[in-house]
Formats: sequence, C-alpha cells, structure tokens
Amino acid sequence: MNLTLQIWRQNGPQDAGRTVTYPVSNVSPDMSFLEMIDELNIDLIKKGEEPIAFDHDCREGICGMCSMFINGEAHGPDRGVTTCQLHMRTFKDGDTITVEPWRAKAFPVIKDLMVDRSAFDRVIQAGGYISVNTSGNTLDANAILVPKADADAAFDAATCIGCGACVATCKNASAMLFVSAKVSQLALLPQGKVEAAERVQNMVRQMDLEGFGNCTNTGACEVECPKGISLENIARMNREFLSASLTH
Amino acid sequence: MATGKGLFGSSLARKYWMALTGLFLCSFLVIHLLGNLPLMTGDHEAFNIYARFMTTFPVIKAVSYLLYASILLHTVDGLMLTRQNSAARPVKYANYNGAANASWASRNMALLGTFTLVFLIVHLKSFWFEMHFGNVPTVLIEGEEVKDLYTLTVTSFAQWWYTAFYVFAMAMLGFHLWHGFSSAFQTLGINHPTYTPIIKGIGAFFALVIPGVFALIPIVIYLNSLAA
Ligand code: HEM
Ligand code: SF4
Ligand code: FES
Repeated sequence: MNLTLQIWRQNGPQDAGRTVTYPVSNVSPDMSFLEMIDELNIDLIKKGEEPIAFDHDCREGICGMCSMFINGEAHGPDRGVTTCQLHMRTFKDGDTITVEPWRAKAFPVIKDLMVDRSAFDRVIQAGGYISVNTSGNTLDANAILVPKADADAAFDAATCIGCGACVATCKNASAMLFVSAKVSQLALLPQGKVEAAERVQNMVRQMDLEGFGNCTNTGACEVECPKGISLENIARMNREFLSASLTH
Repeated sequence: MATGKGLFGSSLARKYWMALTGLFLCSFLVIHLLGNLPLMTGDHEAFNIYARFMTTFPVIKAVSYLLYASILLHTVDGLMLTRQNSAARPVKYANYNGAANASWASRNMALLGTFTLVFLIVHLKSFWFEMHFGNVPTVLIEGEEVKDLYTLTVTSFAQWWYTAFYVFAMAMLGFHLWHGFSSAFQTLGINHPTYTPIIKGIGAFFALVIPGVFALIPIVIYLNSLAA
C-alpha cells in the first residue's frame, strides 16, 4: 500500500507546531499502525531527520500509552482497539491519513504525538485508593463476600487502561468516563464503600481543577473507549456525587 | 474552573441544575401546548379564557416566576458550561470526525439552545409582553373585559414569515429535546438496562410530538387565513 500521512510535528511544549506531510510506500496491510510509523521513522533517521516522537509500550492493547488521533478519531476508525491494535488493512491504498496528538488543556503536548497524561495520575491520587492497614494483620480478601453481579461490574470498570481516548474524543475534552470508571471500581465493592462519599467528591474536584470539560452525555467516549467502559459508570458517578453532596 | 463542594460550583452540580431546569421546562411545554389547542380548533372564547386564567390565577403566577427563573438559570448555566467546555480544548483538532461517535443534536446543544433563546425573546415580546403591558383590544366574556389575545395571535400568524420563523424554531427545539430529554436522566444518575431504552423512546416521542404540534398551530392558522 502507498499512503500519504499528515502528521503533527511539534518540537516541544512551547513550539507552535505544524502538520507535515509524509508519503509512505510499501506498507503491508498486516502491519500495525505503530509498525507503519516505525518504518517511517527508520526512513527519517536514515535521511538525518528527527524521528516522530510517540508514546507506546506494551503494543498489545493493555498499557494505554499509544495515544494517536487518527483521521478524526481516537485510535483511528476501528472499535474496541488501541492504536497498537489497529491494522493497516483498515485503510485503502492511496488513502490520506491525518495523525494528531490528544488535544486537551489537561493533556499538554510534550513533543509531536506525545502528551502529558499525569492529570489522570493526580485524579487517582485524589481518591482512587482504599485506606487499609497493611501492617501484618491483613484480612484475607476472600473473607468478605461480594455479590457476583457487583464483582463483575467492578471488574468491568477496572479494565480501564487510562489511555485518555475518552478525553481525546469528547467534544468537551471531558474525563467523565475515566473518572467514573475509577470511582465505580471501588464504590461497587464492600472495601471501597467505606470512603465512597469522600472519594467521589475528591476525585471530581481534582478532575475540575485539571481543566477537563463537562459532560454533555454525547456518548462519544463509550464508542471510542478501547475497553468498552460503559456510560452506566458515568450515571453511577452522578448518583454517588449527588448523594455525597446531599449527605456530606 | 470552579470546584465547589455540594450542589454548587462543581462540573457535576452544574449539570444537575441543567437537567432539573430542563425537565421543568419540558413539563411546562406540555401545559402550554394543551392551552394552545383551542387556537387550532378556532375556539375564540376558550383560548381567551385560558389566556386570562394564565395571567391572573395566583398559583399559575407563582409557578410562572419559577419558570422565568428556570429559563434564566438554564441559559446562564448552559452558557457557562459551554464556555468551560471550549476552554478545555484550546487547540482544536485539524480533523475531528464528531459524526463517527455522537449524534448531531448532542454535539450542538448550545447552538440549538441559543436558537431557542432567540425564539423565546421574540415570542415573549410578541405575546407575553403585549398581554401584560401592551394595548391589546378587549372583548367581553361573561360580562367581563378580557384582552383579546386570540385575535392578536391569529393576525400575527397570518404573516407567512412569522409562521415560518415559528416552525423553524420548533424544529430547533425538537433537536434540543431529541438529545436533552433522555440526557437529563443520565445526568441525574438514572441509567438502567430496562428503563433507559424506555426513557429514550419517550424522549424521541416527546421531541417529535410536542414541538410538532406547537408548529402545527401557526401553520393551521396561516392556512385558515389564506382560506378566509
Ligand atoms: C423550552 C426550552 C428548553 C427546554 C425544554 C430545554 C431542555 C433541556 C434539557 C432537558 C437538557 C438536558 C440536560 C442534561 O443534559 O442534563 C438541556 C440541555 C441544554 N440546554 Fe436546554 N432547554 C431549553 C432551552 C434552552 C435555552 C434557552 C438554552 C440557552 C442557550 C439552552 C441551552 C442548553 C445547553 C447548552 C444544554 C446542554 C448542556 C450540556 O449538557 O452541556 N436550552 N436543555
Ligand atoms: S475509560 Fe476507556 S477511553 Fe477512557 S481512559 Fe479508560 S480505557 Fe481509555
Ligand atoms: S502500546 Fe500499550 S496499549 Fe498500545
């Protein structure tokens, strides 16, 4: 396949940045999108040019690093995949493909396609934990009974990999899907219920402080999320926060 | 961005107020539409009695203040949310395929709301203001002088462009509600495998039928004026 790539290049946080066009040839349909960029980078290095900086780690859809906004969609046109799981067979010979970094005030660009997602870490630090005594007399986790349905829903929420596609894709750059998944995975379990009211208030406060947008319930996040995190989590967070606001 | 606790200041609290005022406005639309129906059948007296009742009955007066407050709160809150949302993405995408994952109505709530606001201002000026403070000719009903809102309405809608403006505005309101009705339930934390599809169905019905019948009234009056 021969393709034309239009890739965002930006030397650093202060650089204005611009779109640069790269023709690529001999792309195999079996390559992943990242492998295709690897090939382009090899060419750039051979030509003495600066390779394109992008985040990646596991290359199997579990770390959430590979943030790329491809042809107007987070992780490209496929559903339920990250960029490393997106294959070139999704595109056609001769296609022009645009590649941009996640765009959000809370995710500043570091370089080219890499963005700083530590805003997510600070949201987790604000409440994404349970306070337990770990000094020798720990309880066996299995001693506390958890209804199967709750365990399943908590597990589904816990599959969020923190990739930020929900923020990237939301027209408001809202982090509601991510934050609600992190609130839900603990609020559903007996160990997490103890601090549930404080947790949701602290995490929402941090989310707002980071400068993420509000939720308009467009549902775009749920469609683009590689892990299928559902809007039910956002509704649960809305309930949790409402009841916490009325009682705390 | 403000980060209040409780029911003010936070992003979530802003949305609760949006949803509550929005649903209250929806309930008002139903009452308003029922009151307008005599216009369609040409029942001159029934409509004027309704209009007098709406401007003088104490309970309605009390509720009407709640209504004005709701419109104001919904508008101010909506504009604040929209401003924050656009500030959350200072650098826009060169290529953003919004249609790939969200409905047009859901992506344009502020635009649709603004059209509705412009409509409300024109509408309130034409009828509410005239009824309360204007020089509307009166008619006798049960021995009492009553402002003849019926005739005012019918003469207004005999102008084609006035009717066209109303029909367009109702289409915008319909799109606003197409997303807004069910969205309000999600905002208030109601998302359920059985009930949510039902709420979405009711929302779609509401968004089609309520603005649809509202728009039908000026059309019928206009057509009648052509026949007369
Ligand atoms: C009869 C008139 C109106 C009705 C019945 C109505 C109803 C609603 C409802 C039910 C929602 C959904 C709330 C939610 O998602 O929780 C909504 C959202 C919204 N409305 Fe209205 N509305 C009306 C007029 C207006 C006006 C005049 C404006 C002002 C510009 C406006 C601006 C908005 C905006 C911006 C949203 C989206 C907020 C967001 O989710 O980000 N609406 N409306
Ligand atoms: S909710 Fe989905 S899209 Fe958002 S960070 Fe988690 S895995 Fe990524
Ligand atoms: S590189 Fe780990 S999810 Fe793509």
